[in-house]
Amino acid sequence: MTLDVTSVREQFPIFQREISAGVPLVYLDSTATSQKPLAVIEAMDRYYRRSNANIHRGVHTLAEEATALYEEAREKIARFVNAPSARQIIYTRNTTESINLVAYAWARANLKPGDLIILTEMEHHSNLVPWHMLAMERGVELDFIPVTEDGLLDLEAYKALLNRTPKLVSFTHMSNVLGTINPAAEIIRLAHEAGAVTLVDAAQSVPHLKVDVQALDADFLAFSAHKMCGPTGIGALYGKADLLEKMPPFLGGGDMIKEVKLRSFRPNSLPHKFEAGTPAIAEAVGFGAAVDYLSSLGMDEIAAHEHSITEYALERLVEIPGVKLFGPDAGNKGGVAAFTLSGVHPHDVAQILDKDGIAVRAGHHCAQPLHEKFGIPATSRASFYLYNTKDEVDLLVNGIYKVKEIFG
Amino acid sequence: MDDLYREVIIEHYKNPGYRGHLDPHDIMFADNNPLCGDHIEITVQVDSNGNVKDARFEGHGCAISQASADLLVESIIGKPLEEVKQLNKQHVLDMLGIDLGPVRLKCALLSLKVLKAGVYGLGEASDELVE
Repeated sequence: MTLDVTSVREQFPIFQREISAGVPLVYLDSTATSQKPLAVIEAMDRYYRRSNANIHRGVHTLAEEATALYEEAREKIARFVNAPSARQIIYTRNTTESINLVAYAWARANLKPGDLIILTEMEHHSNLVPWHMLAMERGVELDFIPVTEDGLLDLEAYKALLNRTPKLVSFTHMSNVLGTINPAAEIIRLAHEAGAVTLVDAAQSVPHLKVDVQALDADFLAFSAHKMCGPTGIGALYGKADLLEKMPPFLGGGDMIKEVKLRSFRPNSLPHKFEAGTPAIAEAVGFGAAVDYLSSLGMDEIAAHEHSITEYALERLVEIPGVKLFGPDAGNKGGVAAFTLSGVHPHDVAQILDKDGIAVRAGHHCAQPLHEKFGIPATSRASFYLYNTKDEVDLLVNGIYKVKEIFG
Repeated sequence: MDDLYREVIIEHYKNPGYRGHLDPHDIMFADNNPLCGDHIEITVQVDSNGNVKDARFEGHGCAISQASADLLVESIIGKPLEEVKQLNKQHVLDMLGIDLGPVRLKCALLSLKVLKAGVYGLGEASDELVE
């Protein structure tokens, strides 16, 4: 079945607003954050209106309801990525915090000076800086799988890096700039053969593709709710049970303990061991509603729709004189089109498009080293999700022609 | 069509009158806007009366950052350094003749920040200089 985009758009109240009088919103920035459907907004609203209470340990009705909603959402998220058990889904604030959790709790307990971590040149800052910090503190070494001119990972170079017996391979499943969908299962298989643990930054893949943590055989996998129709402020870390069991806690406080004495504590069991303090409960409920919403439409249908929009967008954009696209062709790419326009800074492109209600992002998209690799300070980036249409691509293209006119 | 891209801004971006690097110079300072990768360097020659004899800017970035640098450099030539020290945000915005949101304001004020850090002989340019 193909996606009925008209009825999808009706589910997103934000599309009713105008950016200025008579100018509707053309939202092409879902890679930064997605818009939210009624199902999510209403689930969170309902939670606050009917069930709000602190979770766990409460005996009263509201506490029971809130706890049940919070834990049901975890089960939905676990099913969505095919985790064997909900206790392997740790709630975090976002992908960044999930990666930091692994860097603090797993890496600090398991890595010693001189140990090698393999990253890639196309990482978001969230999968670079935690490891820079670890390198400074612990003296671990970092090396990087190079990116080819076509925006793909150089797998031959990766195999050579694996000869140096890394302890961890941490990589993005889908680049937030190039849109490259990396061969995660193969990268993980090769890492395991070399004896390394793997961490997948799935911030861009879980919202757009069917991701199965068991099929991938990922050791850790991190993602955020807000990029997949859910609220900001909540994300998840999936981990293999034996790894999570052996890890020391991350943050200390309430809820992550089994027992506290004046001078000691015993940590709670999974997943609560990693969830200190009152969590984002309404956001967890919203996260669960987002997963339900995406599942009801079908991830394969969503991916197919985005693919057709992306293919069309790349075709139209490449026709514009002065436009240079980055990343692989549509076959290997998620719904992202990063480009430069000759003679015009990306910020000026984005600003002029905004006058027509078109929201694109301009800058280095938290991937400065990748931009340096391609010798450019910044790009403009249009990105597509389940609610975007080919008409919106046409508006983007017309807008870029307008930019060219202004800059003559 | 667009208030933000008034003729004056596009003109100064495309055909800047004061792009360059003065050698020798009495004052030189450079800084980046890490958000966008805008870069501005300003060099100034000062005469024996403490007035700006000549000034130039070098750099790359968006139209707003480069046009405001050109306008700013043009506006200080012949002025006493003491007066340059007093320049504020409004001076730049008046020349641009546009209203800017918080993100683009940083682009517009980068050159003023660089100029004042240089004139005051500071080691580092801070946002407080352009408030």
